Amino acid sequence: MPRNVVRVILPPHLRTLAKVGSEVALEVENRATQRSVLDALEARYPMLRGTIRDQVTQERRPFLRFFACEEDLSHQPPDAPLPDTVVSGAEPLIILGAIAGG
Amino acid sequence: MSGVRVLVGTKKGAFVLTSDGKRKQWEVSGPHFGGWEMYHLKGSPVDPDRLYASQSTGWHGQLIQRSNDGGKTWEPVGNKFAYDGVPGTHQWYDGTPHPWEFKRVWHLEPSLTDPDTVYAGVEDAALFRSIDGGQNWQELSGLRGHGSGPRWQPGAGGMCLHTIILDPSDPQRIFIAISAAGAFRTDDGGKTWKPINQGLHSQYIPDPTAEVGHCVHHIAMHPSRPGVLFMQKHWDVMRSDNAGDSWQEISGNLPTDFGFAIDIHAHEPETLYVVPIKSDSEHYPPDGKLRVYRSRTGGNEWEALTKGLPQRDCYVNVLRDAMAVDSLDKCGIYFGTTGGQVYASADAGDNWSPIVRDLPAVLSVEVQTLP
Repeated sequence: MPRNVVRVILPPHLRTLAKVGSEVALEVENRATQRSVLDALEARYPMLRGTIRDQVTQERRPFLRFFACEEDLSHQPPDAPLPDTVVSGAEPLIILGAIAGG
Repeated sequence: MSGVRVLVGTKKGAFVLTSDGKRKQWEVSGPHFGGWEMYHLKGSPVDPDRLYASQSTGWHGQLIQRSNDGGKTWEPVGNKFAYDGVPGTHQWYDGTPHPWEFKRVWHLEPSLTDPDTVYAGVEDAALFRSIDGGQNWQELSGLRGHGSGPRWQPGAGGMCLHTIILDPSDPQRIFIAISAAGAFRTDDGGKTWKPINQGLHSQYIPDPTAEVGHCVHHIAMHPSRPGVLFMQKHWDVMRSDNAGDSWQEISGNLPTDFGFAIDIHAHEPETLYVVPIKSDSEHYPPDGKLRVYRSRTGGNEWEALTKGLPQRDCYVNVLRDAMAVDSLDKCGIYFGTTGGQVYASADAGDNWSPIVRDLPAVLSVEVQTLP
């Protein structure tokens, strides 16, 4: 079964919560998607459950965005394959908090 | 020597203030969870080192934190608040049906007997309970399933369940209050609920004496007299001598009967404290004077407490969960403001001084009296 190591950049509040640096590397089985990466992230760091996607609906929280390769992937289906450069680890998947507050 | 621990929730983190029984010198710890909205922190009455905290942001939603060492260290516990069954609808601000949606936890109320049991009052209004130290949460859905649920409507701050009072004489009896549905009581441990709003009069709803729809801001009960309740409503300060079955107004000579916070002296169940606020459109004290009002007669006759509080140019608010008392002798009274001050009185309100002046806006204040 192919395994990929996907790099994920977290927003500052979640780094503090998970006690990690800005970037984490996650091993993901098969073709990496938003869902499989978030599943792997939450399995490694259970305290992040509910902070990126709603625990009941599994929908992305509205003030967060998923960026990669200078594209906004936020509105892509959760099971859509991530770009090859993200799957290969050359580029990170960026989880970004919307700018708010003025 | 005994001491006190003051748990302060603010718009940008939590703070723990500690002092010995003299309550003169204070240590300030924090911010804990810096940058997060800390709606409420509260300690277990049976294990004062067991604390629970509600942590949230608009970005990342709701977390619950638990401490087993009095707030020195914390661990995130369960944060899945799933309504029981199909949630249904309540009224939106414009009167149209709106689906129930979980937003945040406003208030955490630890059990009087078990440190692993804790209740959570949430927005959109519902009551949850955990019996495993906050790891898992189950809704007590008899409340939301009360027949009046589709008629509940949010107050300006949201449709929040903000007050939970556990009856020390009857483990089956719980009081709760919702903005803007009103007060409710269960006598069977949360299976069924009844509105307890008879005697409330609210001009801002079509039927001022309706069964539900009243904007109750907070309720207080003295543990020695669980049948006597005191309420700060949107407007009006109220009293019930029959566990909420009926209410009488006790606003008396208050300069305004709008406000949020209300509490009771630890050793004098007829001594009450409120902080009058000018109006629902002007959330600051009248005349720019921050005054706590005390009644030693169970209401109606009130005296202004001003020593040590700003008596000019003060335009802060004191929110519903931002006042608390300790159980030392003399009784200590504490409150926090939206201007970031936490004031304390070590003599039942006669004299006040700030513990801290420059915190973020204070959302909640709870006090633990330590052995």
